Amino acid sequence: MATPTKTPEKVVKKAIKQKASKEQPQTPITIRSTGRAFSLESLAGQTLLTLRTLTEENPASLAAYEKVGGYVQIKKIVTEKTKAVDIINQVKLSNLRGRGGAGFPTGLKWSFMPRYFDGTKYLVCNSDEGEPGTFKDRDILRYNPHQLIEGMLIAAYTLGARVGYNYIHGEIWQDYETFEAALHEAKAAGYLGENLFGTNFSFDLYAVHGYGAYICGEETALIESIEGKKGQPRFKPPFPASYGVFGKPTNVNNTESYASIPWIMQHGGQAFAELGVPNSGGTKLFSVSGHVEKPGNFEVKMGTTFTDLLNMAGGVWKGRKLKAVIPGGPSTAVMTAEMIQNATMDYDGLSKAGSSLGAGSMIVMDETTCMVKTLKRLSYFFYEESCGQCTPCREGTGWVYRVISRIVDGNGKLEDLDLLTDVSNNISGRTICALGDAAATPVLSFIKHFRPEFEYYILHGKSMIEQDSLQVSGIENTMVNEHVSGVSALSERIYVKDGSDKYGAEPNG
Amino acid sequence: MLSAESIKKIDYEITKYPADQRQSAVMAALRIVQTERGWLSQECISEVAAYLRMPEIAAMEVATFYNMYDLENVGRYKITICTNISCMLRDSDAIVNHLQAKLGVGFNQVTEDGKFCLKEGECMGACSGAPLMTVNNHVMHEFLTPERVDVILESLK
Amino acid sequence: MVEIEIDGKALEVEYGSTIIDAADKLGIAIPRFCYHKKLPVAANCRMCLVQVEKFAKPLPACATPVADGMKIFTRSKAAVEAQKSVMEFLLINHPLDCPICDQGGECDLQDIAVAYGTSGSRYTEEKRVVFNKNIGPLISTDMTRCIQCTRCVRFLKEVGGMHELGLVGRGEHVEITAYVDKSVNSELSGNIIDLCPVGALTSKPFRYSARSWELTRRPSIAPHDGLGSHIEVHVKDNKVMRVLPREKESINECWLSDRDRYSYEGLNSPDRLKVPMIKHNGAWQETDWKTALEFAAGQLKDITKQHGGDALGVLVSPNSTMEEGYLIKELAHGLGCDNVDYRLRQTDFRLDGKRVGTPWMGCNIQDIEELDRILLIGSNLRNEHPLLAQRFRKAVNNGAELSIVSPLDNNPLMEIAHKVIVRPNDMVNVLGQILKAMSKLQRLSLCLPPTLENLLSNIKVRDNTQAMAESLAGLGGEIDLVAPRVGIFIGNMGLSDPRFTEMYSMAEAIGGICGAKGGILPAAANSTGMHLMGVMPNAGGLHAREMLEQPRQAYLLLNIEPELDCQHAALAKAAMAQAECVVALTMYKSEALENADVLLPIAPFTETSGTFMSMEGRVQSFAAATKPLGECRPAWKVLRVLGNTLGLHGFDFDSSEQVKNAIFKGEKPSTVVRRSLNNNLKELVEIKVNVKNEGLQRIGEVPQYESDPIVRRSAPLQKTKYNTQPMARMCAAQISALGLVDGETVLARQDKGSAVLKVRLDHHVAMGCVRVTASHENSTGLGDLMGDITLEKYDSDKNATDNSQQEAETA
Repeated sequence: MATPTKTPEKVVKKAIKQKASKEQPQTPITIRSTGRAFSLESLAGQTLLTLRTLTEENPASLAAYEKVGGYVQIKKIVTEKTKAVDIINQVKLSNLRGRGGAGFPTGLKWSFMPRYFDGTKYLVCNSDEGEPGTFKDRDILRYNPHQLIEGMLIAAYTLGARVGYNYIHGEIWQDYETFEAALHEAKAAGYLGENLFGTNFSFDLYAVHGYGAYICGEETALIESIEGKKGQPRFKPPFPASYGVFGKPTNVNNTESYASIPWIMQHGGQAFAELGVPNSGGTKLFSVSGHVEKPGNFEVKMGTTFTDLLNMAGGVWKGRKLKAVIPGGPSTAVMTAEMIQNATMDYDGLSKAGSSLGAGSMIVMDETTCMVKTLKRLSYFFYEESCGQCTPCREGTGWVYRVISRIVDGNGKLEDLDLLTDVSNNISGRTICALGDAAATPVLSFIKHFRPEFEYYILHGKSMIEQDSLQVSGIENTMVNEHVSGVSALSERIYVKDGSDKYGAEPNG
Repeated sequence: MLSAESIKKIDYEITKYPADQRQSAVMAALRIVQTERGWLSQECISEVAAYLRMPEIAAMEVATFYNMYDLENVGRYKITICTNISCMLRDSDAIVNHLQAKLGVGFNQVTEDGKFCLKEGECMGACSGAPLMTVNNHVMHEFLTPERVDVILESLK
Repeated sequence: MVEIEIDGKALEVEYGSTIIDAADKLGIAIPRFCYHKKLPVAANCRMCLVQVEKFAKPLPACATPVADGMKIFTRSKAAVEAQKSVMEFLLINHPLDCPICDQGGECDLQDIAVAYGTSGSRYTEEKRVVFNKNIGPLISTDMTRCIQCTRCVRFLKEVGGMHELGLVGRGEHVEITAYVDKSVNSELSGNIIDLCPVGALTSKPFRYSARSWELTRRPSIAPHDGLGSHIEVHVKDNKVMRVLPREKESINECWLSDRDRYSYEGLNSPDRLKVPMIKHNGAWQETDWKTALEFAAGQLKDITKQHGGDALGVLVSPNSTMEEGYLIKELAHGLGCDNVDYRLRQTDFRLDGKRVGTPWMGCNIQDIEELDRILLIGSNLRNEHPLLAQRFRKAVNNGAELSIVSPLDNNPLMEIAHKVIVRPNDMVNVLGQILKAMSKLQRLSLCLPPTLENLLSNIKVRDNTQAMAESLAGLGGEIDLVAPRVGIFIGNMGLSDPRFTEMYSMAEAIGGICGAKGGILPAAANSTGMHLMGVMPNAGGLHAREMLEQPRQAYLLLNIEPELDCQHAALAKAAMAQAECVVALTMYKSEALENADVLLPIAPFTETSGTFMSMEGRVQSFAAATKPLGECRPAWKVLRVLGNTLGLHGFDFDSSEQVKNAIFKGEKPSTVVRRSLNNNLKELVEIKVNVKNEGLQRIGEVPQYESDPIVRRSAPLQKTKYNTQPMARMCAAQISALGLVDGETVLARQDKGSAVLKVRLDHHVAMGCVRVTASHENSTGLGDLMGDITLEKYDSDKNATDNSQQEAETA
């Protein structure tokens, strides 16, 4: 592989330096796709790898990507006919683990794809991030879409996939359009389509979109959705590598995973691994949201300390004290300030500290946060987003949400906490996909780490947080209404247009 | 009847899939028709199903599963406010209260003039801009304050 | 084979089987709701979670393939905990309405809750309520009881072939529903009642009429189509309350067609004839059996004595039992009459005397699933053999290529590889094209006998028939097959066609070249049995058609309504009207029997013992499920006594078994059957391949819920959308070619008869044809099911007679 040249952090520093010397230090960079501007200073401390075009004007453009060395790797690989096994070995060497949250080694996953298959093999990119607090893939799509395209091209070449789909979260519609534009740009430039670079390598890549279903972030639900069905996960085995899109072998990776590939090919797997810590190679995009001064994405090396990351985000807002952090999205266990303060942000670091890295979606909560009400909102989310297929998740998420609602309404009983724990344990591990586990995690971890706060709420019928920062009245009412009338609302809107009780009773005859 | 414009767009989506997998385009087709007509009536779903040669019930399953599809009238502007954790922590409730007071409707209700409908949304994957909302699914407004909301509402004629 | 261990018991199972398969084999009960051996696996109910060594989480037994050395624990602490928790989740939103639920006593949820649930619930929040749906006249819904197992959805999609029900919404709000206000229209829909593990889907006609434990269950055989499905008749207070399938893998598996399931409602029809009746001076009078039998015997005797045995015509329903068929044939012969026939809907009898044996379907029912190539001739399969169609569907889903030659382009709900939709008259030519193309294919190339060679020289092979021939020869699909398993079958429309003989000969020739199995798909429950016993005229006797064309002085009818059950309604009507005497053994009072002179009330299949022989040659006897209604008597007994009264010999039977023994002359039935079934012909008939016929042709299909007297009286079946009023259905081009418009009224003429019909657009009908359903009172003025017909604009002033045609939904 190519020799390591400039590390990403040097790029950032150099860019800041150049800008500072040439122009006014505060001159912002314009992002064409969003019309937004931001200053290079906000990149300080970061190691831009998947977002390496950020230091360029119009970073989403093909020109910007080509300027930082884009599409050189795929051209080289294709024209030099690099062996697939060599590419997979570099990816294995890089210690790149799936960035969607599960952390499965990408190189190993690639080796599962059948080499010989009589028919079309598919490549799928999972850009359906909908886990609360996760918004990292969005920045790749809108700031550096071509690196993702090149990453998918390399994967397609390696795995023999002829067609690829990038499934994008429906709510970030403008970014879907940015990505579609990038696809057209890449195609026009000869990076996508048939017989690329004058060889027999062909790859078509399409953007497809979700339309409001968290569950489609689960790879088999996503595949169902691509096939034009509701997003109900499939049971595994068979895995997508043998039975994926249209029943054909399919490799599914997260956006950030694919976007890391061109850099790995350019600098070698070893260099990528060395950016991080053992067992967690490379850089990671952390989405920091909640009670911080500057929420946003921060691309840092694996193993960066929590404190450093929090500081990049401007620290806890309004000078308040840190109370709790959900480190990787709600499907990872909540941590108290004490638990996380000395942790490093990588797979093993967070695991040792009592949670997990997940998708790197750090939600910060300050001292004014009522954990009971926060849990209510999270349990509503899983209740709302359960696909409804498996009994424990379909029935259990509603049960959990109703009990917590009852506690918030002041009608809780102390034994409810054991009931919640028990019901959550009964959902966890007993469903087709991991949404059941994800729904149980916040309940179990919130009660485990903040039990006195729950007990206080039950005994007093109100939150122990005197200055409750959550003005929850608005949501309170609507969410209660929703759960009372949920089913009938759905039925009515489908079936009873004239308001008559047409299907309420058994029709005669 | 699907408009010529819609058919053109749906046909483009169909090209993304193998010839025997027309149904795959149903997500996009429903989105296209909804964007054109405001919401998905039963006729819309039937027409999309017929065009994609799929069972109507299968199209209905899709339309009812994904919550950005609207199966009832949502006025001219559907405003979906995220109230999930990251937005909640940054006081999306203030935005909800402001919108409800200003428009005089609760969630899932349409204003009397048929102009606005409020919806509660789940995480939109853009939490750095919390609190945030979308207008008619496709335009996102981030970093909301009551004042900013007023400006946005003003711009929606 | 893989070695595994379940609950400490070692077992060898096939590679690829699932844990639940293996446990079922071993007789270890694993609770389940969504899993069903005949449906695709969903793994969503989670009830079958079991513990597997080396796995941290419990695994669903239904979706987990076994692996060598796997140790499975179905009753370990971890397994039971998982099962109990799933049970608890299933019950939190399930209503406590078991006391008023029809499923009570046969409810999987109830049973499994007893074994795996607890007596109380920890759930104190409010329960879910789901609105009921109206999905048609056969199935009742109580959707709050639904546990979302999706068995019904999967059945209709995979087995029924139509995605009619779906699981809409998501999360806790998911509901099973049809599309908006549509009904479930599958002709196999009733099976979802059996599949539903709770009381969400129950039988609408049966609703609230009995508790399952009050019912006596008696085995029987389905009496409508030639499949011979095994059924279980449920009886309370000597009344048939419902009919369910009895599992028989090789025939009906665990399914039943709606016709077989719901026809029992016709048994309880107010039309049932309960006492013998004699017509005196044009008015019907009830009488006792002795009087009626003596009257009937006297009439038959007088007329045959006076005019000879040939003056009598005996028409027998192919849905009657073998015993009944045998006795009526013997009775006719005893009266010196050879005019006996069961082939009421046949037009073309040119094969009489040319057959080697009894025609049948030519293979076992199960074999259909294994076919690689299928040619279906003149069959609207779902209408004619609703459950058999499902076997074909399986074959096609397994990769078989289906070719269809038919005048109707009805959707069989399976992928069609090739089809030619033409006028019935042109079907012989199409088959000739296939034969010609096939004889030229390299692998099969063959010197045809000069007669055929000459015949085919005038035929021009078209692209689609060439493709069909290639498909049948094994070409096409993902892999070209060297020796495909081919099946060729002729359906009801073919059997009724005036050129059936030629079609049959062509099909035999095609089958001969490509080594196909197959034959005819006999229409009725006992068609094959009637043929085997020779309930047909010998040389010299008149066949069913001739008996009507050459009216007889007297008729003896067994279990038929002449104008509805004979292929030429107008002829049948006229023949009965002119006869001196008509003796009818019938279950029903009927307008169609207004011209009879004596009505003898006979027992339907549930009230008599008897035997049917199925299309695959299976001889299946059954006992009565109830006592006969009123004064009804089993027809075999009536015929026996009639024989005695006539003073005939050989009528001293004390049981239907004795009759059966007489039929098989003491031999094992299967031995006789094996010897007798044969589709071959002794000699070829004259075939014309280029018959020009520019006139309009009728396609007189018999709708499945009009096929016999019982079905016609089943109120719930009549309420389904298949209850089709006859209309003049044509494709758009044909309608405009005739200068007509959709919806206008026309006068249809056939022979001397006519009917007033509405024109209806039906793009399934071949050009040159008009589809007018038969076996309906509104088309009894018409003639041949498959024959020439003319249409003219109807002038209501000129023809101000009966014009009570109504709109009805299409089949």
